[in-house]
Amino acid sequence: MSGGPSARDAVLGRVRAALGVDSRDPGRRAAIADRLAAHRAGIVPARGHIPPAEQVDLYENRLKGVMATVERLPDAASVPGAVAAVLRDRNLPAAIRIGDDPRLAAMPWGAVPTLAVSRGRSFGADLAAVSHAFAAVAETGTTMLVSGPDNPTTLNFLPDLHIIVVDAADIAGDFETVIARLRARYGEGEMPRTVNFVTGPSRSADIEQTLVLGAHGPRALHVLIVG
Amino acid sequence: MQTTSPRFKQNAAEALVDPNLQQALGMVERGFIVKRRDAAAALPEFDALRASGRAIKDHVLENLDLYLEAYEKKATEAGAKVHWAVDAADARDIILGICQAAGAKTVTKGKSMVTEEIGLNDHLSANGITPVETDLGEYIIQLRGEHPSHIIAPAIHLTRAQIADDFRRVHTHLDPARPLEEAPTLLAEARGVMRERFLAADVGITGANFLVAETGTSIIVTNEGNGDLTQILPRVHVVVASIEKLVPTLEDVAQIVRILARSATGQEMSVYTTLSTGPRRPGDPDGPEEYHVVLLDNGRSAMLGSEFQDMLRCIRCGACMNHCPVYGAIGGHAYGWVYPGPMGAVLTPALIGIDKAAHLPNASTFCGRCEAVCPMQIPLPKMMRHWREREFERHLQPGTVRAGLGLWAFLARRPALYRLATGLAARALGLFGKRKGRFAALPLAGGWTAHRDMAAPEGRTFQDLWAAGERRR
Repeated sequence: MSGGPSARDAVLGRVRAALGVDSRDPGRRAAIADRLAAHRAGIVPARGHIPPAEQVDLYENRLKGVMATVERLPDAASVPGAVAAVLRDRNLPAAIRIGDDPRLAAMPWGAVPTLAVSRGRSFGADLAAVSHAFAAVAETGTTMLVSGPDNPTTLNFLPDLHIIVVDAADIAGDFETVIARLRARYGEGEMPRTVNFVTGPSRSADIEQTLVLGAHGPRALHVLIVG
Repeated sequence: MQTTSPRFKQNAAEALVDPNLQQALGMVERGFIVKRRDAAAALPEFDALRASGRAIKDHVLENLDLYLEAYEKKATEAGAKVHWAVDAADARDIILGICQAAGAKTVTKGKSMVTEEIGLNDHLSANGITPVETDLGEYIIQLRGEHPSHIIAPAIHLTRAQIADDFRRVHTHLDPARPLEEAPTLLAEARGVMRERFLAADVGITGANFLVAETGTSIIVTNEGNGDLTQILPRVHVVVASIEKLVPTLEDVAQIVRILARSATGQEMSVYTTLSTGPRRPGDPDGPEEYHVVLLDNGRSAMLGSEFQDMLRCIRCGACMNHCPVYGAIGGHAYGWVYPGPMGAVLTPALIGIDKAAHLPNASTFCGRCEAVCPMQIPLPKMMRHWREREFERHLQPGTVRAGLGLWAFLARRPALYRLATGLAARALGLFGKRKGRFAALPLAGGWTAHRDMAAPEGRTFQDLWAAGERRR
């Protein structure tokens, strides 16, 4: 079989020969290690540099711009009722799939007895799923989800309707802020298996450049901003 | 992938008289060009971000050996299996080996130009494994046995009616009388057909927009969600990435994604930007159990340190081809290989050889729009000129071109003779063309006048007018 250690040496050897560099040069190694450790921010658009309350407004505004729907709720206790209403409005069955996220688990789902709540990943049969966001980026109306038992990644892509709960306090102005939060949670250089930055429902313009929603992922994205 | 680049001229001539293609290409302007312009205008920092992205990529390329090592270390720590491939054959064999070890019958694929480059689908098919393209555009062209004609809109050369015909031909389990006129109906049908394949696949193969050295992460940027379903549902996920996809940190990714979608489709962000690090973790209810990354050189290292190094900054947004008058006239297939348009005119000769791709760097008017819109500020026209120089040095052009250039050089080195010759020509053409102001046919210029008239000069050369002080600002 091809590849293997010889291919690795060949590729790296060609790169070094073409650049005329020495891999043992300690100055080069130190410079790269420093740059990786510093992970400095570059140009951050001024758009997100606004007070937190305005960041929530900007996030809401951008979500609408990418054809998501959004509502603001006073508290987490309002989420189950809002979820049931969204399903009703869209003529979907009163059933959702969720993961083990403790913030979702603490919500009073029993207050909406008609709503069937099942737990776990999706295998493709669920029409609606509810996830809890890790964070959100006001700059572009982007919502950030991380994988794990709390919020299985399959829930973000297989259902027709994806409902994401976002704590208003988790909304940041820009990507650099949420990257810093990810690092604070998982450690320097460490990541969850999957991070999904979601900006609107699935879409395609592959046919005559006509934009159509609901390509292979969710046909609709509904965001509930809590607080 | 087989190339038809050597017959570029015939390809282009056929494209110009293909009514379906011309109808489809007519939609590019109101689509991509207007949307990109509006998106760039809406972000005051757009040009500063371009400079920032360029600096990041330049820095990575100068230190690519160390960033590859750093990436490999982090990815391996996270449980990835990293493979190295010198060329396309290496990569094909590695991927086939992974698929065979997984006992794969079908493989779903996210949109990936690099797997087109290595001819992966044919190799898998020849070995009894069925590759299924899942991006809508890629799916359509796979049904047609074609290759992408655009790096982000693979089926841009087709009309709705053509796609409807293909769906009727292939989706024979559906009612033949069903309506298929509109894009939403076509998309809904493809979605339904594709769902079962996503769930049945044994291996999912994606490309990568970025590899992050800091974290050992691979990133895909998509709109449909097909790339994500490709990589989270099967037991094995294979990422194929060429070596120049490296970036140092997540902050660097944030710089470049801000200009990627804006330059490509005019979106502020593509719908799904997905970061993958290693396989499924303990306790994870989903995600692949195996995660492989194939790092492909296939000619990139030879571009480092050369006058073509800047081309390795390319992030595959497609803005250059969207804005190219030549691409707009002939579409992507005429270029004859994986990468069309201005970026292809520079990259293709580097990857398959200038002897096979000699026409491509000449398929440019040097209008400069490609460089003006390139988010990575790649000097595409300059590099096409470098290729033309190499062609001249290697005597790859036809004798008539060399003779013409020789005659021009002879005159250009003799200013008095040059002025005399051009003065005579301008006066003669001015005289003969006076009545109509243009020529419908002209000796030695049949290649021009076959498609449009040649404007007649007014009788004096630019140098005459300049000398006479007739300068207008």
